[in-house]
Amino acid sequence: MPKCVCVITEFREGKFRRVSFEVASEGRRIADALGAHLCAIVIGSGVTEKASELGAYGVETVYVTDDPALEHYLTETYVTVTAAIIKACDPAVVILPASVNGKDLGARLAARLEVGLAQDCVEVICDKGIIKAKWPIFAGKCFAWSEWTEGTIPFISCRPNVMDCLMPDETKKPSVEVIKVPIPEARSRVQRVDLDTAGKIELTEANIIISGGRGMKDASNYAMLEELAALLGAAVGASRAAVDSGWRPHSDQVGQTGKVVNPNLYIAVGISGAIQHLAGMGSSKFIVAVNKDSDAPIFSKADYGVVADLFQFIPAFTEEVRKYKTTCS
Amino acid sequence: MNIVVMLKQTPDTESVIRIASNGKSIVADDLKWIINPYDEFALEAALRLKEKHGGKVSIVSYGPQRVVEAIRTALAMGADDAVLIDDPVLAEGDLLGAVKAMSGVVKELNPDIICSGARAVDYDQAQRGAMMAEFLGWPHLALAVSLESDGTKVTIKRPIEGGNVTLEASLPALVTFGGSHSIWNPRYASLPGIMKAKKKPLAMKSLADLGLNLAEFGGSSAKILITALEPPPQRPAGRILNGDLELEGKASELVRALHEEARVI
Repeated sequence: MPKCVCVITEFREGKFRRVSFEVASEGRRIADALGAHLCAIVIGSGVTEKASELGAYGVETVYVTDDPALEHYLTETYVTVTAAIIKACDPAVVILPASVNGKDLGARLAARLEVGLAQDCVEVICDKGIIKAKWPIFAGKCFAWSEWTEGTIPFISCRPNVMDCLMPDETKKPSVEVIKVPIPEARSRVQRVDLDTAGKIELTEANIIISGGRGMKDASNYAMLEELAALLGAAVGASRAAVDSGWRPHSDQVGQTGKVVNPNLYIAVGISGAIQHLAGMGSSKFIVAVNKDSDAPIFSKADYGVVADLFQFIPAFTEEVRKYKTTCS
Repeated sequence: MNIVVMLKQTPDTESVIRIASNGKSIVADDLKWIINPYDEFALEAALRLKEKHGGKVSIVSYGPQRVVEAIRTALAMGADDAVLIDDPVLAEGDLLGAVKAMSGVVKELNPDIICSGARAVDYDQAQRGAMMAEFLGWPHLALAVSLESDGTKVTIKRPIEGGNVTLEASLPALVTFGGSHSIWNPRYASLPGIMKAKKKPLAMKSLADLGLNLAEFGGSSAKILITALEPPPQRPAGRILNGDLELEGKASELVRALHEEARVI
């Protein structure tokens, strides 16, 4: 009987984060290739009743540790609980989200269990029983394929928004096992959690991103991009030049220093396309560049280029999008 | 306050990356090297802690002799001393091995706080700090975009998807740094700083110097190895929307293309 494939999920504010279903789906594909059982780890507070939702994505066994002390992610407590469950289920492969918390959890788990972790993977294959994973290096200027040495459990964190979710099958119910793990005394604490209630879309999870660069000229001009973003259900990003100028918060920065994003549609407005910016957005499915300089490097990456003054083009484009949205709805 | 900064030297972020003929490393000859930007943020934060609490800032790094240039820059910015583990065996191994080797050096420095970049802009493994903290049995706080310390504890703000978390740890603790240049605004080395840096202690160590068993490092002990590199997928040539069109024409053509061809809106 082959060992299991184990996926680690992420739970927040009473529900699974979408990336949990992505890693469960990827886990299902790998488990099928290995002929293995798929199990999942769910930890948090008030998670037990939701645990069976994972069955729809092919999970057969869910291990749950439900404790009020686990309400918020804290590396010290989460690593100890997760490591204990992993040891108990003895997996052949472990897959987890490359979310902010997932990457942190994976890194510390790798040291605790002395395993190898491939972080932020965009492709995982099983080649005659050998697991191989691909991850971007130099923020996507290049990709690395990793393999694990014999006797090592591959740990793989998967970049959000990349792995396809299986079509959920609500009729499938997993077995749910509650695991009691003593929560360790921690020397670190979560003091407060401030969630953005304005419904701002996270850049790394957005389907559409509209980014403004040096060409925006001033912080106030981003209102124009916000308006377009609201129409398209998009997130607003920025280049390093715009962030360094203080026009946008650092959390909006796209690039090699900043966030690496992979939306379906990336609209670069007034961004010339420095190499470090192109690295951060180059894996977007479709790229639109709006710039008045027809020689700007950004056009070399763009599927659609518009050579125009952004201050005239963006309002006109917004109007066209509005018309299109009205006719379609 | 004794502070250790873990520093890596990386290619400049404006570098073009080319794959070497062995298919699993990059062409390094013509690269410009810098301090990993996130480690530079860690160093800036460390120097501010020293200004407030006194003590010293030590740099711990690993890599070949070219790394000396990055370390001298850090010393010129205000760090006090440095240790570089230069041993070709580490280059054949994985990150876990490299961090294990550094953990011995770090222990001897007996720090109150360790500052490290949350990730390096080259191989982007985002594991070094957490691994170090684990080997020391310390708590770590990851991805700081702000930091405060009264000398007994450290508090950071950490961005997560759609929000922020404020975390606190009792010292000793390790902090990894995220954010951007605009947040940390790392100082430049002054001319007197550059002169002084030349005389600051920089120790070169091999694994044998550190009394480590070579069999526990390098390729034979690695858990994970890079077996191949590949270039990013080629993007099909794009098109410039008809330059003859008026502004409104371009706008409606773009909406049409995104809807009918790309099917993304």
